[in-house]
Amino acid sequence: MLPEKQQNLAQLALRVREHIVRLSTDGGCFTGASLSCADLLVYLYANCLNVRPDNLTDPTRDYLFLSKGHDVPALYGTFVELGFIDKARLDQHLTTDDHIYWHPNRNVPGVEFHSGSLGHLPSVALGVAMDCKMRGQDNKVIVITGDGELNEGTVWESLLVASAHKVNNLTLVVDRNHFQANVATEDLIPLEPLAPKFEAFGCEVRRIDGHDFAQLEEAFSALPFSDTKPSVIICDTVRGRGLPSIEARADRWFCNFSSEEVEELLRELHSQVATTLTSETLTVR
Amino acid sequence: MNYEELIKETALADERIVVMTAENRALIRNLPAVLGPRFIDTGITEQTLIGAAAGLALRGRVPVVHALATFLTLRAFEFIRTDVGIGQLPVKLSGFVPGFLSDGNGPTHQAIEDVSLMRGIPGMTVFAPADEQDMLAMLPAIWASPAPAYVRINTRPATYEHAPFEMGKAEIVAEGTDITILTYGMLFEQTLVARELLQAQGKSVGLINLRSLKPIDEAALLEVVRRGSLIVTVEDHFVTGGLYSILAEVLLRNQLTARVLPLALEERWYRPGRLSAVLEYEGFTGHHIARRISEYLGESGAAIADGPAVLENQFAE
Repeated sequence: MLPEKQQNLAQLALRVREHIVRLSTDGGCFTGASLSCADLLVYLYANCLNVRPDNLTDPTRDYLFLSKGHDVPALYGTFVELGFIDKARLDQHLTTDDHIYWHPNRNVPGVEFHSGSLGHLPSVALGVAMDCKMRGQDNKVIVITGDGELNEGTVWESLLVASAHKVNNLTLVVDRNHFQANVATEDLIPLEPLAPKFEAFGCEVRRIDGHDFAQLEEAFSALPFSDTKPSVIICDTVRGRGLPSIEARADRWFCNFSSEEVEELLRELHSQVATTLTSETLTVR
Repeated sequence: MNYEELIKETALADERIVVMTAENRALIRNLPAVLGPRFIDTGITEQTLIGAAAGLALRGRVPVVHALATFLTLRAFEFIRTDVGIGQLPVKLSGFVPGFLSDGNGPTHQAIEDVSLMRGIPGMTVFAPADEQDMLAMLPAIWASPAPAYVRINTRPATYEHAPFEMGKAEIVAEGTDITILTYGMLFEQTLVARELLQAQGKSVGLINLRSLKPIDEAALLEVVRRGSLIVTVEDHFVTGGLYSILAEVLLRNQLTARVLPLALEERWYRPGRLSAVLEYEGFTGHHIARRISEYLGESGAAIADGPAVLENQFAE
């Protein structure tokens, strides 16, 4: 990947992170889980997928399903930056005048399907991928899950069915930020070794650094990994990435900061000097 | 024409139709060869089945989805509610062996809260045909509608020549001034017998085959209430959430009351066995129904002779 392109993506991701931080107040949002997949979403929408504000009803577009719906601030931040939605809509966060709340919904252009209940969209994406194949179309169908979400049996059930039906246009991407809602994944329901689990379910797997645009490009441009198997990309990421003061902390999942703290965090985002925060986290799940 | 022939004919004429199953092929064994990739068997995965059906519907398909009624409506409930319901997608659910039709399977297989669960989902429509003929009359309209739908599949042979189906309309079999029996699904056959026995006792007995539980034919129910007869709801469902509840809701909404006898399953699962044995044991043969109504009216049921439930056993997977 050219350094210039990499820099453009990094700039875009920085602006998306600003949106996430600005949404983390006055009711708050799932800040940590959003920051971990911001680079992934920016890369996919800006550089990989054939989906734009002007082709959202084209059946040959690529599909992205956000199964870990609580990271929707990263999605909406990306949508604002790429012209899917107007920035003013984010100012309506948690008001009933708009539909900008903690989980994605189809009142927002670009959202393919609502989510929030974990373990649902792998099967919905499977249905879409099956139909694309049935019609002889070569759309990419991507579904992003969290790593905690892999606790849900339906993720694995969907992969069993996808591999049985040779749905190789389906790609499951794991935002492997190593945290469930409240604790580290390995302290609750250990997932490692993770890649062999997906391989055992009949998938072709790659594991990359989910914050490295060159690695993202290398992996996604190689899709589909197989003529017969579904693809899986495990993106190792850091919860809260970009804000050292909240990075990789179990208690910074859902955050509701004061407006002063938001300003401090924005400075931290740009300077990378950690901020001192006093706001307590909320446990929502 | 049977169920499989109808779905085959419909699917061949309309490429939006996709037939899906969680390895329940009892009624659709010949379809894989006919429909090719438009026949999708996901294996024993009711949740993935529904999620994938939602995905196919997002792409413009109309999935007709098959599984045992109990696993479909219970195991996959949240997928139906969240993916099909919130999405308002035209997914058509075919629930096999609902109610008493799971006969010898036991309580794990008894879908007797399915009407309650499905009608609670906004936008979901719910149908319970009396027999195969009744079902074949209603399925084309159900599949053609943009609404999500749940159908209590019932392939028992008809013992009654049904009127043409009209969406949201009940079938008024007979009007009566003493008693009106309201029913749906496979017990319709038994209520026909019960009606004859009660008529023979000199009673004027009405009978309504509801067909559709959501939308409900409120006008037909209100007409029965207006007539002032004893109303008997007969259903192979828990008393909570089914027809008795629906009638109560209609009455309250219209600030009315009525004398109503519910014949349903109260706070327990039914005793498994051959279908005819189940109906005997649980008191749902035509003779039992007639006798229970007679006794409720304070009359001796002894005048109503015993008779067998005229039923063949039905294969259940």
